[in-house]
Amino acid sequence: MKVIRKQALIENVSGYLFLLPSFLGFAIFFLFPVLFSLFLSLSKWNLSAGFSDLKFVGIKNFKTILSDVWFTDSMKNSLIFTAATVIVGVSISLVLAVILNRMVFFKNTLRVMFFLPYISSAVAVAIVWSIILQPTYGPVNQFLRSLGIQNLPNWLADVHWALPALIAMYIWQNLGYNIVVFMAGLTAINSDLYEAAVIDGAGALAKFFKITVPMVSPTTFFLVIMGIINSFKVFDQVQVLTQGGPGTSTTVLALYIYREAFQFYDMGLASSAAWAMFVIIFIVTIIQWIGQKRWVTYD
Amino acid sequence: MIKKTGTMSKQNILKILATIGLSLIALTMTLPFLWMLSASFKFEVDVFKFPVEWIPRKWNAISNYAEVWSGRYSFPLFYFNSIKVTVLTTIAQVTVSAMGAYAFSKIRFKFRDALFLIYLSMMMIPDQVTIVPKFMVFRWLKLFDTHLGLILLGSFSIYGMFLLKQYMMTIPDSLSESARIDGAGHARIFLKIMLPMTKPALVTLMMLKFVWTWNDFQNPLVFLQSEKLYTIQLGMTKFMTEYNSFYSLIMVAAVCSIIPLLIVFLIGQRYILEGMAMGAVKG
Repeated sequence: MKVIRKQALIENVSGYLFLLPSFLGFAIFFLFPVLFSLFLSLSKWNLSAGFSDLKFVGIKNFKTILSDVWFTDSMKNSLIFTAATVIVGVSISLVLAVILNRMVFFKNTLRVMFFLPYISSAVAVAIVWSIILQPTYGPVNQFLRSLGIQNLPNWLADVHWALPALIAMYIWQNLGYNIVVFMAGLTAINSDLYEAAVIDGAGALAKFFKITVPMVSPTTFFLVIMGIINSFKVFDQVQVLTQGGPGTSTTVLALYIYREAFQFYDMGLASSAAWAMFVIIFIVTIIQWIGQKRWVTYD
Repeated sequence: MIKKTGTMSKQNILKILATIGLSLIALTMTLPFLWMLSASFKFEVDVFKFPVEWIPRKWNAISNYAEVWSGRYSFPLFYFNSIKVTVLTTIAQVTVSAMGAYAFSKIRFKFRDALFLIYLSMMMIPDQVTIVPKFMVFRWLKLFDTHLGLILLGSFSIYGMFLLKQYMMTIPDSLSESARIDGAGHARIFLKIMLPMTKPALVTLMMLKFVWTWNDFQNPLVFLQSEKLYTIQLGMTKFMTEYNSFYSLIMVAAVCSIIPLLIVFLIGQRYILEGMAMGAVKG
């Protein structure tokens, strides 16, 4: 009896000791910040004023941001950015993954080429793109001009084109990741299904829409959920390329939060905006989760 | 028989066409990189020449690279800072995650499952929610504007621990249990049995973490202030605003910032791609 109790004690102590480093990190950098942020979102507090100035204001911050055009524009841009990058990015990468998976030579070399933008740093890639898209001398506009196209867009300096340019760049950068995950999902599909379909006289398109799309849908679901979460959080590319401009044409939520917090030091407002962001991600994810029954096939 | 070889060659032709088509697309994926590389070799006046000289007619590579690395700009310092922060963060995170994963998968202690659930529940919360309080914590603990702060922050990740835990669960308990009967303590089992057996997952995490930390922009931006502490990603944005007319030099900086990633990727390709395919999420 005594031995067993001693054993259990040892198990408990060693368990906590092994967990200690990660728990410290978790408590200091996750748990406490989450709770503190919840509290801040209901408070009015400017960092420069010190703690004595902290006031509990309830949901006032949320009312403030909802009437702030920077916030509503950021929200709108984030929604457009997320919808575009997820829908276009996931569809293109599925098609490319299907072709890469079965129908080409040098599969691995090609896969690495597609993956290259994903492992490269967002900052370096953004800088390269800003130069390539430079309105006057940039190779993209020079090329279009040589084709005789007039009235070329100013891309990142253009109210109408800045967001589409960011979206295109983001899709380009993440395509490789989507392709790699899709290819893993595709190899799991039983090839008997395709053989049976061929015997039934199905063409390539029918095979794609009737077999590949439904069978790979759990992977698609995963990529859509992750894509939504990551696109909603986009920051690096926007901060480096446009800082939200011109005007409010490319402000996104993460940029709004960063600005409120670290340029205007309004920690309360920044926290409310961050929670608003979380709530939206959460709702969208829940809707996806419920909606998955309609289109995701599990074996 | 004849018909069969006929369809075979038709299939091969299709395959060749698909390969050519996809190669073209893959090439456009790499065009910005090729442009970057070629611009880094050119004289400034030739950078925007059109049609693009993919292989420069006049080379200025040595002088461009020498200038960026000469120390006239702080580029070498930023580079060194990045290597320091990235290597230390990677080592720290793999260690901390492996210990946590071992506790969660192989030791039966009180509140284990409840604690694990609390960890998991935090996974969905975006960084933006915690960044303001983290900034406060950094100031209180005097970690603001230090590399130590960045390293400590990076040394913990729920994702890393989760990845290793899932892997350790696949290692049969009988192994560690028989070692326990032989009198080995948890520390020895962890070091001598679990770590060697978890090697593939450890390498995957190490590679992914290296890439993510090297590329991290937001944390250094928020938690560093002094220029001498800047990492390469912050340094490059500064470089870009300060020397904005020297595109060839900016491209040298961009090329140099990507090289370590390429090296890590080429060495650990298999581990990185597998890790991604296993459902990797940044974090």
